[in-house]
Amino acid sequence: MNERLPRECELLIVGAGPAGMAAACAAADHGMSVVVIDDNPAPGGQIWRAGPRVDLPLRAQALRERFERLPGLRLCSATRVIDAPAPGRLLVEREHDAGVIDYHRLLLCTGARERLLPFPGWTLPGVTGAGGLQALIKGGLTVRGERIAIAGSGPLLLACAATVRAQRGRLVALAEQSPWQALAGFTIGLWRWPAKLAQAIALANPRYRAASRLIEALGERRLEAVVIESLGERREIACDRLACGFGLVANTELAQLLGCALDERGILVDQHQATSVAGVYAAGECTGPGGSELALVEGRIAGLAAADQYPLAAALSRRRARWQAFAAQLEQHFALDSSRLPPRRATTLVCRCEEVTLGELEAHSDWRRAKLASRCGMGACQGRVCAAATAQLFGWAPPPPRPPLSPARIDSLLLAGMEEVQE
Amino acid sequence: MIGAGIVGASCAHALALAGLSVRVVDAGLPAATSAGMGHLVSLDGSAAELALCSDSLARWRALAPSLPASGAYHRCGTLWLAENEDDLATADDKRAALAMAGIGSELITPTRLAALEPLLRPGLSGALRVESDAILYAPRVADWLLECVGITLERAQVTALEDQQVRLADGRRLGARVIVLAAGLQAGALLEGLPIEAKKGHLLVTDRYPGRVSHQLVELGYGASAHAGQGTSVAFNLQARPTGQLLIGSTRQFDTLDPRVEPALLARMLERARGYLPALGAINAIRAWTGFRAATPDGLPIIGRHPEREGLWLALGHEGLGVTTAPSTAALIRAGVLGEHPPLDPSPYRFERFRASAPADGQR
Repeated sequence: MNERLPRECELLIVGAGPAGMAAACAAADHGMSVVVIDDNPAPGGQIWRAGPRVDLPLRAQALRERFERLPGLRLCSATRVIDAPAPGRLLVEREHDAGVIDYHRLLLCTGARERLLPFPGWTLPGVTGAGGLQALIKGGLTVRGERIAIAGSGPLLLACAATVRAQRGRLVALAEQSPWQALAGFTIGLWRWPAKLAQAIALANPRYRAASRLIEALGERRLEAVVIESLGERREIACDRLACGFGLVANTELAQLLGCALDERGILVDQHQATSVAGVYAAGECTGPGGSELALVEGRIAGLAAADQYPLAAALSRRRARWQAFAAQLEQHFALDSSRLPPRRATTLVCRCEEVTLGELEAHSDWRRAKLASRCGMGACQGRVCAAATAQLFGWAPPPPRPPLSPARIDSLLLAGMEEVQE
Repeated sequence: MIGAGIVGASCAHALALAGLSVRVVDAGLPAATSAGMGHLVSLDGSAAELALCSDSLARWRALAPSLPASGAYHRCGTLWLAENEDDLATADDKRAALAMAGIGSELITPTRLAALEPLLRPGLSGALRVESDAILYAPRVADWLLECVGITLERAQVTALEDQQVRLADGRRLGARVIVLAAGLQAGALLEGLPIEAKKGHLLVTDRYPGRVSHQLVELGYGASAHAGQGTSVAFNLQARPTGQLLIGSTRQFDTLDPRVEPALLARMLERARGYLPALGAINAIRAWTGFRAATPDGLPIIGRHPEREGLWLALGHEGLGVTTAPSTAALIRAGVLGEHPPLDPSPYRFERFRASAPADGQR
């Protein structure tokens, strides 16, 4: 199982979600030697995460099977990128070893993560992200009979509700902050994507309430209830779990470390999914959240472009445009409205690593000063949670990433000094 | 006061306590105070360096009881590690030099060293222990020093130094009888002919491992690295933060202003650290960063009146010792501005020492 890490390849893909798998297939079909590194124990990314409670869509199963049998592919699961020590080289770490991998071309399929926003009670055990709860359930968590509230914005809430229902959890609230008009506009627009319309109908839920605002989570030792405001009225709803979805944030840290330009959605790419750095491509939600269909087609285009198959890549641009339009619809109708976010309270913790509250941060004018004065973001998570939160709450530009990209053993970092291949 | 780092903040604090009304202008640019280690250490590269350290450490000790808890002042002491008999001889010289300056220290046998810091590799020849050395969290202490009656803090960038006034980026001008330039490396953009140069350094901090290390650990070769005039050098320097995190240094590089972490050099620095503390290999690092020290040709700061510019005072070029020597810098500036008797001989730190052979400049 734990064979040696590869030393080099023509195409190195970071991330084995839909985009990474689609890209690997496209590039390997054209004869490239491909290495895929992925931090999860099995391919699939967040959306097609494998686990004992998983019933993957057929399309995902088919792609995974094809991916895992690709000739010329090396998949390194449970492997994290920790630094880019030299051009054309990444430093990676696994549980028991580390190594450098040299590449001719690099494709970033690093996906997106949930935006977690601080609100009163958000650190109570029982409160998770909506995607986080889905991942826990897929990983084997039993929610049968538990009272579950879901709140925030976006279709992930509905997907989470469907997962909860399938596992016989009791959905006690499903609070969407966008108003009915926005939801209706979104649903009406779905005729252009029939599969999505069918999905929307399948996910429809009688507990779904629009224009609802999460106020706080209550509990002593763990979550006991949530307060939700709807139609001007606040209700306390007893529950065992609260899953929040406040949208996704593109994972751009590695791209930034490599010097790739970003736009407001994620990594900036051209029509070939090429970034601003020569030889480095990006596809999927790290270029901006847009769903698995868009990730798949972007991944294929990137894989083809990396294999210099430009006409084949160009032939897919219409399909990409179609799913980009869908992503734009999502973004438009589920945009976070700060007046509907949970109210701020000075005592609410923002940085869990260093125990910094909102009140301690409010006095500052930017991330750097706030960090220096309060130690916010100096902990092991490297500010991934609190910097995304303060970007949303205060409009502060998040800090540029610093190596190592995730906590790494000092022994592993020593490999960055390695000059030549050691066999 | 131009600059709100530890030196500017200390000077502002001292002048405000003396009754002056002080306005501090700071652009909020990345600076040495926020990048550095916060080690209060007695270095003896020259008599003047040691005199400044010694006077300053006494001032920090006096200030310590008033510092806020977030300032994280902790008298951890320094262990200067000897790898061989030569190092031990260096350690003994250092002990004698520190004793002349009134700083107590003692030579430690290998057995005692192993008992004090069990994670150090076996086979070291001993160490010099300086108990009076300490650490603190400089960004917080600088902010605290500025929270003083008589000080107003202005977040703005100074774009030009004029006669008894400064021009800000937004076009405003602020006038003052006394202007103190304490802007570290940024000072070079405001005043021509300052003999200061950037020396890049790397630091790395680990996750929390409380109780593993208790002293600041420094190799005896550190002094040679710190005082080198050129080239890239690496020296082992490690500090246990009050959080249980380990802060690991150090590197020195000339001729670069690129702030990026250089993985190969970082690896060299960590290799050296692991040579002293083998257990470091399995410890998780969480963040590496770089900073730039403002260094003068002789390694001493520039403290005192500008020889030609009316009302202009300089407090800069502290290299890696800005946090250690900030209180004495402030005391010298205060004495100069108020015409009081200086607490120590100010002549080794005067700007004029660089002017004898250089053509006169700085005047427009």
